[in-house]
Amino acid sequence: MNPFLNNCPLPGRQTDIITLEHGSGGLMMHRLVKNLVFEMLQDVMTGNGHDGAMLQVEGNIAFSTDSFVVKPLFFPGGNIGELAVNGTVNDVAMCGAVPQYLSLSFILEEGFLLEQFKQVLLGVRNACLKAGVQVVTGDTKVVEHGKGDELYINTSGIGKIHPKAAIGSARVKPGNVLLLSGQLATHGTAVMCLREGLAFETTIQSDTAALNPLTTLLLDRLGSDIRFLRDPTRGGLATTLNELVAECGWGIEIEQAALPVHAQVEAACELLGLDPLYVANEGVFLAVVSPHVAAIALQLMQNHPLGKYAAIIGRISDEAEPLVLLRSKIGGTRVVHMLTGSQLPRIC
Amino acid sequence: MKYLSEYRDAQLVEHLLHQINQTITRPWTIMEICGGQTHGLVKNGIIDLLPPQITMVHGPGCPVCVTPVGLIDDAIELAEKQQVILCSFGDMLRVPGSGKSLLEAKAGGADVRMVYSPLDALQIAQKNPHREVVFFAVGFETTAPANALSVIQASRLQVNNYSILASQVLVPPAMEAILSDPQQHINAFLAAGHVCTIMGLEEYEPIARKYHIPIVVTGFEPVDLLHGILMAVKQLEKGYANVENQYARVVYAHGNAHARKVIDTVFEVSEREWRGIGNIEGSGYEVRNEFAAHNARIKFGLQHREAPEQSECIAGAVLKGLKKPRECPNFGTKCRPENPLGAPMVSSEGACAAYYHYASGNLLLQHDKV
Repeated sequence: MNPFLNNCPLPGRQTDIITLEHGSGGLMMHRLVKNLVFEMLQDVMTGNGHDGAMLQVEGNIAFSTDSFVVKPLFFPGGNIGELAVNGTVNDVAMCGAVPQYLSLSFILEEGFLLEQFKQVLLGVRNACLKAGVQVVTGDTKVVEHGKGDELYINTSGIGKIHPKAAIGSARVKPGNVLLLSGQLATHGTAVMCLREGLAFETTIQSDTAALNPLTTLLLDRLGSDIRFLRDPTRGGLATTLNELVAECGWGIEIEQAALPVHAQVEAACELLGLDPLYVANEGVFLAVVSPHVAAIALQLMQNHPLGKYAAIIGRISDEAEPLVLLRSKIGGTRVVHMLTGSQLPRIC
Repeated sequence: MKYLSEYRDAQLVEHLLHQINQTITRPWTIMEICGGQTHGLVKNGIIDLLPPQITMVHGPGCPVCVTPVGLIDDAIELAEKQQVILCSFGDMLRVPGSGKSLLEAKAGGADVRMVYSPLDALQIAQKNPHREVVFFAVGFETTAPANALSVIQASRLQVNNYSILASQVLVPPAMEAILSDPQQHINAFLAAGHVCTIMGLEEYEPIARKYHIPIVVTGFEPVDLLHGILMAVKQLEKGYANVENQYARVVYAHGNAHARKVIDTVFEVSEREWRGIGNIEGSGYEVRNEFAAHNARIKFGLQHREAPEQSECIAGAVLKGLKKPRECPNFGTKCRPENPLGAPMVSSEGACAAYYHYASGNLLLQHDKV
């Protein structure tokens, strides 16, 4: 990976801020885009200055878009820039595709610190390098103070469908095995601990990461035996599992004892009265595979840095009732529903 | 995890279930007081594991559920005042008043903030000296010390723009109210562990004697709950009616003397309206006159308001253990967490929400035993 840029391409004071003029289409905007954005992203950008990207793409492609409004913008383990790249890269990867090109749009609020914008751009650059994707088109807008929340980012991504991939919920059948690539609830808990100004300290870091190196490896090796991929972001794993049962028409059984959760995340969730099954994830994906490749898939995951905490968490049942059932650690059974509203911490 | 994983141990659970099965000879109905216990039972699938002779009925110990509609309307009215920042525990935000919820008031522009502690609300008051900060002080005896402490601090630091809208309720009078209901058929109580952490065991002795009913102070984890049930069943089978302490690692006989002193400094016992149950004498706390400057009710001249309950909601019967959530014709159809008719469907401690979120198929049959 390339080293960080040490020289600042736009020397300025720490207190320099974004103004409406940066979005005016004139000289200030030209400087911001050319001297800052282009300069900082130069090694992850392709383009020739046209109004849009002209690309040659052969075969089937996956195309996805996502907007990023995370608060706070900076959190342990990353910032909104990394999240904006990884989020879209992962959505494309979960289609069984190899992400290639991104669009990148910023909506900046007047008064936002330029220094912070640079940190976000660094995040974008680093994430693009890790994911192996190129930014090919973009946009920058500035809104009046009070009309935005510092910074919003939208990214869209295109990737070529892996030649061996056959991802689809219709291919999910009874007996298929569910694997989770990493620990649950890490990202959501890291952000929540910071956002809520909680009085206890943790060292929980967001696990935001581009997951395509691992999904590509699985597809290379196991091809169409990888039947379904999805990253359980907002709404948590519970919501993703409920989406899957609704789409495939079969029930799911998961083992609570098998769910990988970091001890600190588990403790933080206990204190806040939150269920890790409903907390947002970033660097984790769910894979449904044919039973005969489950052990190999697990090994492939665990031998990869992105999947070292991977686990087999359950199976598709032959119950035609589309319910997610969880076998609790003590042997009881309960239904896991989709998240309704947002999780609110308990009183006592 | 220390003090957690041990109490979720599958082998211990199996052992306790075996002992319960060995001990029990007849049907018994046991009420767990606290909503946290209800959720522990349902979330872990414990109700399905119990022998069929045991019927668990769910008690009124959900602070959000018993906060009267009129008081929620008061909180919303305050929140909608330009100068007010209304702070509340997260649980309370989605509960409907007679019109809307605090969350809907927030969406409409009211400054409603979720906090984890009343001391956070006090800090918000210090940072916003030109605004009035009101903390919606909801809860049982468990939350009373921290809420009282915030008032003491505000008074000491002269944070004059801080006040609390108190809706503090007390467990023992509610237990008596439930036992006085001629329809009730409860044989034993699991008392709320965390309430007793503050208050101790003494106030439960007269109830156990008067109504000849075993009361076991119980924790919240699977092993705690099953241990509490076992202790209750042992007493029932022998005809005893004692107060016992299952949660001894946290609860001391005399409670927490310092916390009780803090409560007494700020609050006095008063009559209190319980949503779905009605007025219960001596069942709540009100801010003492010495701290009237920090009592939102006085500061903003709030009058007691009668607000009718949704007539379709059977919350009262559920909170008194007379009905199971699934016996309500609206359960899961007209009344769902995203569109609740009553508070027990909203709160993370409400019995209806517990059944809705976690219950497996077997619980469907549970009400037949009641």
